[in-house]
Amino acid sequence: MANSHDAREATMIGRRTDGTIIRRPLSPHLQVYDMMQMTSALSIMHRITGTAWSLGLIFLVWWLAAAAAGPDAYASVQWFMGSFIGVIMLFGITAVAWYHTLAGLRHLMWDAGYGYDIPTTYRTGWMVIIGTGVMTVLTWIVAIIAWAS
Amino acid sequence: MSEHQTHFQSPLGRVRGHGSAKSGTHHWWMQRVTSLAMLPLMIWFAFSIASKAGAPWEVVAEWIGRPFNAVLLVAMIALGFYHTASGLQVVVEDYIRPERSVMLANLAIRSVCVLLGLLAALSVLRLAI
Repeated sequence: MANSHDAREATMIGRRTDGTIIRRPLSPHLQVYDMMQMTSALSIMHRITGTAWSLGLIFLVWWLAAAAAGPDAYASVQWFMGSFIGVIMLFGITAVAWYHTLAGLRHLMWDAGYGYDIPTTYRTGWMVIIGTGVMTVLTWIVAIIAWAS
Repeated sequence: MSEHQTHFQSPLGRVRGHGSAKSGTHHWWMQRVTSLAMLPLMIWFAFSIASKAGAPWEVVAEWIGRPFNAVLLVAMIALGFYHTASGLQVVVEDYIRPERSVMLANLAIRSVCVLLGLLAALSVLRLAI
């Protein structure tokens, strides 16, 4: 066993019936679970989108700070948000935000004690995926109409 | 006390303890509370901001500065950064080792979230007041 500086490691060490020391497996065990299943894939996506949205908040702060600073600072934000990279990033943030919101709603439903059976889990999973697409497109239709007018 | 006790913790232990984290379910509960509070704010903000795409500074600054919008924006910023810090904390706790790095990473995340949150809230207030 390697030396460890983490107290939590103590709970990871077990012994076989013959007394030899063994390292207990982590959960979820990545070599055993098929991470491409609907259930596990959407679960890890919730984490990934949450982390991505955290980074996306930097754009919200930049946008607000620039608006407060005045027309010149705001013009530079607007230039970036309207550029190719800016639009791609904003579209990504929109999709990520709607996914995390809808998947979060699904988590709140679970926390309230509903929807644990497999058919319902798959149905709500598809609702999250389709809902993300619909809400992202809807948000951008509003944005494109506003932009064009 | 009932004869068929179903748990091993004594009543005193239950009153004193909040588990190993010493905060009970507070972190978990606050993540849910902030997410629920942000749900209507997120829908309002997403479509409001989409409808301001390409709008000049005068229009956007006036919109942010309206009392109703400013209050909702500040609420969204506070809830959003609280929720972000809690969420990233769990990610750090799950994937980063040893515990010293977990603590340092969480302190850094808190600092950044508080500072960016204050900057965003101040920007809104500057346009509103």
